Amino acid sequence: MRRWFRALLVLSLAAPFLAACDGSAKPPSHLSRGPGKPAYGDSLVEGTIGEPSNLVPILASDSASFDVAALVYNGLLKYDKNLNLVGDLAQSWDISPDGLVITFHLRRGVKWHDGGDFTSRDVLFTYHVTIDPKTPTAYAEDFKQVQKAEAPDLFTFRVTYGRPFAPALASWGMPILPAHLLEGKDITKSPLSRNPVGTGPYRFKEWVAGQKVILESFHSYFEGRPFIDRYVYRIIPDPSTMYMELKAGGLDMMSLTPVQFRRQTETPEFTSRFNKYRYPSSTYVYLGYNLRNPLFIDKRVRQAITSAISKDEIIQGALLGMGQAAHGPYKPGTWQYNSTVKDLVFNPEKARTLLAEAGWKRGSDGMLVKDGRPFRFTVLTNQGNEQRLKTAQIIQQRLKKIGIHVKIRVLEWSSFITHFIDKRNFEAVILAWTITQDPDIYDVWHSTKTGPKELNFINFKNAEVDRLIEEGRRTFDREKRKKCYYRIQEILAEEQPYTFLYVPDALPVVSARFRGIEPAPAGISYNFIRWYVPKEEQVHP
Amino acid sequence: MIAYLAKRILMLIPLLIGITLITFAVIHLAPGEPVDMQISMSPKVSAEARQRIREFYGLDKPLHVQYVQWLGRMARLDFGRSFAPDNRPVTDKIAERIPITLSLNIVALILEFGLAIPIGILAAVRRDTLLDKGITVFVFVGFAVPTFWLALLLMYFFGVKLGWLPISGIHSLGSDRLGPAAWFLDMVKHLVLPIGVMTFGSLAGLSRYMRSSMLEVIRQDYITTARAKGLPERTVILRHALRNALLPVITFLGFSLPGLIGGSVIFETIFAIPGMGLLFYQGVMMRDYPLIMGILVIGAFLTLIGNLLADICYSIADPRIRHGRT
Repeated sequence: MRRWFRALLVLSLAAPFLAACDGSAKPPSHLSRGPGKPAYGDSLVEGTIGEPSNLVPILASDSASFDVAALVYNGLLKYDKNLNLVGDLAQSWDISPDGLVITFHLRRGVKWHDGGDFTSRDVLFTYHVTIDPKTPTAYAEDFKQVQKAEAPDLFTFRVTYGRPFAPALASWGMPILPAHLLEGKDITKSPLSRNPVGTGPYRFKEWVAGQKVILESFHSYFEGRPFIDRYVYRIIPDPSTMYMELKAGGLDMMSLTPVQFRRQTETPEFTSRFNKYRYPSSTYVYLGYNLRNPLFIDKRVRQAITSAISKDEIIQGALLGMGQAAHGPYKPGTWQYNSTVKDLVFNPEKARTLLAEAGWKRGSDGMLVKDGRPFRFTVLTNQGNEQRLKTAQIIQQRLKKIGIHVKIRVLEWSSFITHFIDKRNFEAVILAWTITQDPDIYDVWHSTKTGPKELNFINFKNAEVDRLIEEGRRTFDREKRKKCYYRIQEILAEEQPYTFLYVPDALPVVSARFRGIEPAPAGISYNFIRWYVPKEEQVHP
Repeated sequence: MIAYLAKRILMLIPLLIGITLITFAVIHLAPGEPVDMQISMSPKVSAEARQRIREFYGLDKPLHVQYVQWLGRMARLDFGRSFAPDNRPVTDKIAERIPITLSLNIVALILEFGLAIPIGILAAVRRDTLLDKGITVFVFVGFAVPTFWLALLLMYFFGVKLGWLPISGIHSLGSDRLGPAAWFLDMVKHLVLPIGVMTFGSLAGLSRYMRSSMLEVIRQDYITTARAKGLPERTVILRHALRNALLPVITFLGFSLPGLIGGSVIFETIFAIPGMGLLFYQGVMMRDYPLIMGILVIGAFLTLIGNLLADICYSIADPRIRHGRT
């Protein structure tokens, strides 16, 4: 959730937490206390549902691990508060005119937490270990586009691509690992996975299994010593317990559920102790159709279903209004988001007309029939996500009104993926994708990605979209890319391969004693090292 | 006696192999693989990367080969490394969680027996009085109330409203700076609620058991004799009746021994206690085969040992068993 590499995590299992976020962040609900004077000291205790799995980031895939790693490591580049790529461990970079060679000029004088010097050798090592076939990582794909990587001197790193690859720059936000501790060793058995050493603002102190991870501020951090001395990540698997811990003062920061945000945190007592924040998260939830299924081949049928569903009603019912309607695969407010796309509005009459045009007639019981077969299908969704289940139920009600019979089936995650998604054995699903900062959507929408286990599992094939996706990833020119992605959004709105449902809001809450929080398109945690607690309000020694 | 023991111990080996064979087969039959959890649905994962990860874990080999390899490692007491992304030795993961689960369960068990036995006796002696009925209602409320709900209410009341007790976890932040006595007290405070709720929920079974066992004994002639002798009622009940009434309860205790290393997912989730229950649950959800097998093998082994100990005790008590006669 902190910096760019949260963007790699793609499908959020549970409710989206504090995901890297955007735009219209609302001002804190409470600002009555003065700003106080910045001071060093105090600890921030954050609650998390899941325990981190591995603190060598290329081996992890869960958000808890990335949250901790984001404070311990740096990438070459990072996203700033306005989601622009800026230098992190790289001071600057040049791109050759043909877009094939990127040269990074690294920051000098950066130290690893154990005192070693950071050099281009570390970057080269990180690249090699990521693409090493023996490393079980999920993040090798972007780096495999690299044809040649070299480190001409200690503070220069150069990569050459076979073809221009627009997502390349963003891919160098990958956390850089310490070569002097890992080179020549089996990374999967490295002690660093429980005891990481990075260059970031916080250094690892302690991990008590199943209970907490403690980080301490790194005084010689290259952007200056962070104000908050300690960052504690407490593992509390139950959301209600976590909320009570927050109220009892055992936690300083967590993510609220929509119900908590709306109904349980409005008391003056609460608002005087905590600041709530709200901004769109980086996920969208969708209803996806299996386009191999004869039911959904006709685009009028998909348009009809979208017209029959009220996205606003779902947002009110399932999210208590804590979200916004999604119209495509991008987040409203980002440069790639096309706000002029005309999405289908809620209109059951139009839905009925479209279905009638597609040959569906009303049967004696009011339900739709075509060639003697009733219109019925099953929506699958994963277990453990209340909001998605409610969404499915609202859709079920709405579609019943236009004569479509929907069944809902909730499945345990692992079986859902292997038996239904991977085998393409489904009619419709409710799932979510994380929205990456880079707009490249090759893997989800390109027609070559429909193979077994690949991600275009709904089998969407559109020659124009294919061409536009390829064009978009082969140029660094933002205006050209924008044109491609704008057009893709128009096509998706017309084709409705998914009914894009909503972008839920991230709802973090932070104790009011923390100052210096400035909500921005990137959320709130991007400037964590500048957060502080005035001396007189510090509670942890 | 020695021959009998040797026979019993040798019998454990095929039993253990049988158990592992069945569990191995069953968990591999469950749909899904550990790989799914890690990489599915990520646009950045190619089919090739997936294959690489499968090979890394040895999942590309046929099931029987995997089993034989696992059994081979098992024979050398190597439980393997977890399939979770942390890739740690399974024994480490279990070892860091067993102490808390074990101590919680032991304390709860002591409390359960310590409370349920007197309650059962009292209910039996005061049979059909208001007290008996009150106790019945009390223990069944404990039995029927959903524990997670009760736990949340108590946490809210004692933790948020009154602020007397900590809500979750087993230590406060910064407790490592306290002295040993304060440190221990801090832990005790954390465990009051979980152990309290756990015990309350389990009183019903044992106390009812105790009550009926006591009632049966009281009806017997030797109790009448004891009373006729003019012994005080106290002595009759606690000396003469209790001893016999306790026998079936001790069997009950034998059954609960293997349960000591099992944790409860619900409790551990609500109270944020890092115990075995949560570990196992997460293992199953992630299809972390080495971890699941490790916990099951330890559990099976303890159960078998428990049975063996029970049998030995019986045979000491009853010569007919050890000589194979009836």
